[in-house]
Amino acid sequence: MPDADPLLEVRDLHVHFHTDAGLFRAVDGISFSVPRGKTLGIVGESGCGKSVTSLAIMRLLAQPPARYAGGDILFEGKSLLKLSEAEMRKLRGGKIGMIFQEPMTSLNPVYTIADQIIESLRAHGMTDRARARARAIEMLKMVGLPSPEKRADDFPHQLSGGQRQRVMIALALANDPQLLIADEPTTALDVTIQAQILALMRDLSARTGASVVLITHDLGVVAETCDEVVVMYAGNVVERAPVASLFEAPQHPYTIGLMAAVPRIDTTSDRLETIPGSVPPPYMLIPGCKFASRCPLADGRCTAERPPLREIAPSHFVACWQAPIEEATR
Amino acid sequence: MLAMLLRRIGLSIPVLLGVMVFGFLLLQLVPGDPAVVLAGPTAPPEVVEEIRKSMGLDRPLVVQFWMYFERVLAGDFGRSMISNKPVTEELAAAIGPTVELMLACLIWSIPLGIAMGTLAAMKRGTLVDRAIMALSVAGVSLPVFFICLLLIQLFGLTFRWLPFVGREGPVWTLEGLRHIALPALSLGMVFIGPVARMTRSSVLEVLKLDHVRTARAKGLTERAVVVRHALRNALIPVVTLVGLQAGYLLGGAVVTETIFGWPGVGRLAVGAILSSDFTIAQGCILTMALTFIAINLIVDILYSVLDPRVQK
Repeated sequence: MPDADPLLEVRDLHVHFHTDAGLFRAVDGISFSVPRGKTLGIVGESGCGKSVTSLAIMRLLAQPPARYAGGDILFEGKSLLKLSEAEMRKLRGGKIGMIFQEPMTSLNPVYTIADQIIESLRAHGMTDRARARARAIEMLKMVGLPSPEKRADDFPHQLSGGQRQRVMIALALANDPQLLIADEPTTALDVTIQAQILALMRDLSARTGASVVLITHDLGVVAETCDEVVVMYAGNVVERAPVASLFEAPQHPYTIGLMAAVPRIDTTSDRLETIPGSVPPPYMLIPGCKFASRCPLADGRCTAERPPLREIAPSHFVACWQAPIEEATR
Repeated sequence: MLAMLLRRIGLSIPVLLGVMVFGFLLLQLVPGDPAVVLAGPTAPPEVVEEIRKSMGLDRPLVVQFWMYFERVLAGDFGRSMISNKPVTEELAAAIGPTVELMLACLIWSIPLGIAMGTLAAMKRGTLVDRAIMALSVAGVSLPVFFICLLLIQLFGLTFRWLPFVGREGPVWTLEGLRHIALPALSLGMVFIGPVARMTRSSVLEVLKLDHVRTARAKGLTERAVVVRHALRNALIPVVTLVGLQAGYLLGGAVVTETIFGWPGVGRLAVGAILSSDFTIAQGCILTMALTFIAINLIVDILYSVLDPRVQK
């Protein structure tokens, strides 16, 4: 899906953390782009750098300990890393909205939900209080909060987890963003609520034409929601493909392992599939492929040399020396 | 809200009762016989015995306490053994200056402590942070009487800017303000330290929370994030601390009032204890307990204003 004019483009981004234990390369040279109106999924296990990536786009990482060590982030063709703090503030909550993983704690417990949405509207130019309130209630209605006029003056603790996540979505979409970054928006919710929230996000992004970056570790969520998928492992992009292509013919051994690890309802098995071994410690400098130590197909070249991301099928990129991997070996 | 208030007031009744028992027993333990005090040092033993009988001091302690309890409930705290004026009259004259002193102390020390703590949290790890924390440690470690003496030496004697004896009219007159300045300054010093430290750690704690990240993601300025989202939430434990420190404030008031000759309940209590004026001392203890309870009631109300989760 090469796009001449993507909304968001991340180019060879490196984000490092300077900690007492050493240099932690949380994001180690990743690239992807998000076309207008499309949904990009970023998948990977905990600690692979997905959340850091999302916070890096918003420039919400505390510096120090974090440091942009290389690469660039372009939004509408302009580098976010070169913007002043004031210009960046205009984008945050304005053209770029963000939803976080923990709906229970992401809202301030001492303000009503309407006030928290109004605050965002006022920060982005809607200074008339009555108009901002009307807009806040309209947003709450749009995300399906029951009797929004009454609930608007509720405090977060009076709402359920799913309702709070709806409020978070209303908050993120209040200023008509062009990009919505959702960092594990459904992880903390139970399954039926998850489906509702995902359907809501899909519906709203289709209605407003907003692009979405959906960060998740749940392949089921990706399959249902995304147009394109980026698979991350230990700070690297290991595979990038349109969703259908990825699920049909995953090319990176890590992706293949992830898919095998998803429990299936149509097979009977006593044991859950796992990927043997564990992620290398973040402080370790690895010259080759970071997955090599766990990879059943790895050879000498894999441990010696980092594989670049290359296109092995139309729009399907993989960073693996062994790819393309035949169906039989999968 | 009203139900909560009534419940809190109800809960303070046993506290008051306990204070009454404690105050009553404490004064039984203190050396000095009220009958002797009342009769005077030269009175013959028959007179002392007669006074003892007429005051009920020869009866069992339990009976004496019951008599005291009944009188207090009727609003009769007895008469001073020295001046023979009603205790309520003496207390009424003293409570005003004490409340005035406390308010004058809190009104500058708490906002300043909160401001210092917030600044220290925002400038964490810098020289500003360390300077503020060093100051507040000094504030906590120096005893009140010592601070009083330092301030008297500096502003009262060396520069001769401010008077340091007695009260001269209410605080809204110039002389009243000049006279309250040093006592209020001394007493407030004790408060700044703990408030600044608690605010600092509380703000740092809140700044780490998810909702602060949400506030930043909304595009708010750092100032709005800190003041509206971090400080507002961080004040909840600070208010609790102020309530807990109320006892310290009362104790500090006793020392401060005595040193500056401030005509409040603290000085009245010290004078009464030194002259074995038991009825006044009991009245003072009870008044201080009531003040303590009142401060904590105000804290509870503030608490529910600051944190909507505690209302229901």
